[in-house]
Amino acid sequence: MLKINNLHAQVEDKEILKGINLEMKAGEVHAIMGPNGSGKSTLASVIAGKENFEVTDGSVELEGENLEDISPEERAHKGVFLSFQYPVEIPGVSVTNFMKTAINESRKAKGLEEMPAKDMLKLIRDKSELLEIDRKFLSRSLNEGFSGGEKKRNEIFQMAMLEPKLAILDETDSGLDIDALRIVANGVNKLKSKDNAVLVITHYQRLLDYIVPDFVHVLHNGKIVKSGGKELALELEEKGYDWLKNEATV
Amino acid sequence: MELKDKLVSSFMAFENNVDVEHSVHDIRTEAIKNFETKGFPTKKEEAWKYTSLNSIRKIDFSIFPKTESTLEYKDVKKYFLHEIDTYKIVFVDGIYSSYLSETTHDGVDICLMSSALTKEMYKPVIDVYFNKVASKDESLTTLNTAFSREGAYIYIPKNKMPKKPIEILHFATGNEASLMLQPRNLVIVEENAEVQIIERHQSLTENNVLTNEVTEVFAADNAIVDIYKVQNDNAGASLIDNTYIDQKGKSVVKVHTFSFGGKLTRNNLNFYQNGEYIDSIMKGVTILGEKQHVDHHTLVHHIEPNCESHQDYKGIYGESSTGVFNGKIIVDKIAQKTNAFQQNNNILISDKATINTKPQLEIFADDVKCSHGCTIGQLDEDALFYLQSRGIPLKEARALLMYAFANNVLESVRIPELKSRINKLIANKLGVSLGFDL
Repeated sequence: MLKINNLHAQVEDKEILKGINLEMKAGEVHAIMGPNGSGKSTLASVIAGKENFEVTDGSVELEGENLEDISPEERAHKGVFLSFQYPVEIPGVSVTNFMKTAINESRKAKGLEEMPAKDMLKLIRDKSELLEIDRKFLSRSLNEGFSGGEKKRNEIFQMAMLEPKLAILDETDSGLDIDALRIVANGVNKLKSKDNAVLVITHYQRLLDYIVPDFVHVLHNGKIVKSGGKELALELEEKGYDWLKNEATV
Repeated sequence: MELKDKLVSSFMAFENNVDVEHSVHDIRTEAIKNFETKGFPTKKEEAWKYTSLNSIRKIDFSIFPKTESTLEYKDVKKYFLHEIDTYKIVFVDGIYSSYLSETTHDGVDICLMSSALTKEMYKPVIDVYFNKVASKDESLTTLNTAFSREGAYIYIPKNKMPKKPIEILHFATGNEASLMLQPRNLVIVEENAEVQIIERHQSLTENNVLTNEVTEVFAADNAIVDIYKVQNDNAGASLIDNTYIDQKGKSVVKVHTFSFGGKLTRNNLNFYQNGEYIDSIMKGVTILGEKQHVDHHTLVHHIEPNCESHQDYKGIYGESSTGVFNGKIIVDKIAQKTNAFQQNNNILISDKATINTKPQLEIFADDVKCSHGCTIGQLDEDALFYLQSRGIPLKEARALLMYAFANNVLESVRIPELKSRINKLIANKLGVSLGFDL
């Protein structure tokens, strides 16, 4: 599904990713953990195609296709989805209108007709129930005045609507209380299938109790310094990141 | 000949066609003297620092159209808000078109300035209101006053409301290579009465048109007045729109200005609050491209206590367009408990576009709330990336953000069909079609 080879990326001459290697197969859940400033969010943005990060070496491949020079919207059409750590507020555009536009643009890119209004409404209804989202919420302006929890739930709602092949969840657990965390995790688990893959980026192990990863990678200073199974997350929770930093310098 | 000289010498010809015995003519005579002394404003004056009339002054405008032109409704239907029923006061090359108009005297007067300025029955009203709030000093206003003869006359008596909105439309046919128009409007809304007015100037060719318009609005106690200015004219058209509004206690006057078209547009929008608990609301959406120029000059004079004013102007400037926003708020010493808010937000989408924005606050009272803010920015890169990451292409993402930026100004448009029209004009101007209206 996703293959990252020796990925180097920088922003304004500052190298942030210093040779990342990662391979994810369909049906897998991977977690990337690491201290603040280790490059986690940069990795997420680079995979989604944010242009102010310059890839200086290496590559990102989705289903064997190199994503270099492919715009963020085309990546979305190919099935990449990023759940933002800080979703942007867009006053004046309702959640519903936003999703209609997003879905129909993707369909247009694939040469499909616009989705009939009836089907769209049903899809919105089904997916909002999955995330336990109130109907009224959908007519509000996108993310404007949403609580932290509402924003994150809205991100996963969008993921449910767009049904991506590769979902990257960037710090989706931050700002969530335990109930919201459970709803969000439950939503992600229901969307998981043998045909898609999920990359969970998190600072804490908490979310991984609910979205259980097949692999855990530790990112430090722009590199993956350790990989393991789900038990690695628990070990990190217990010991913190310092022992790894030491190990990495050795 | 310089335009000023041509205008001054045309005044004599003009006098041959109006009743020089009418008291209004004394006002005209005073006005032409003022204009003759002052002439056109130049960039040396602070209020005209960013707007030059030099190129306009060199054009040889016809002051009076030589021939009367007619238009077929089907050819100009699209410029009317034809989705709903409206009263219509329509002028073609400055001359009233009874064929395209729908006026009324049924409980309210929605008719012509030329009648009001000549017929005896209107004289008491004209004596009380004509040229009472318009400036007797500002040169372009006095120029209009000097040539005042035709325009819209709207009189809504106490407790009345016309059955439908009123459209005032000015068409320029292009039969003259260069035509100057000077409509003069008078709107009187008595106590507890209400009116909705839509104004539009439309040139049908690329020929030069210069409109120097003056509108006086009198809103009595508890009156509600909504004015929508749709400025989406052709590339050869320039507009100087001078609006003077006199408000009495508890009246609410809202002016929306949608500036998308034209070559040069200058809006002088002046509010005078002569009463307590007044609300004055000014909203603007400006979207420009090419070498278009729009200058919004607003004035709110808080003369009495306990009043409010709200200004919200948004601008999107592309290509080599230029914009000006100058918002002056005066709060007199007696005008305690004034709430005056002013906001001007701009997005520049081209390196060559310019905006000059200036709040001008003169506050002499000590117990007031006044706020002003202006921003000039580009589209938010993070917001663009967010939309793109959901599969929305860059061009549509930009349009969506610009739409969203302008949206809250449309919220207060109370005629849904007009709102939907403005939405479409915005979409056209931004060069995209979105799958929904905001």
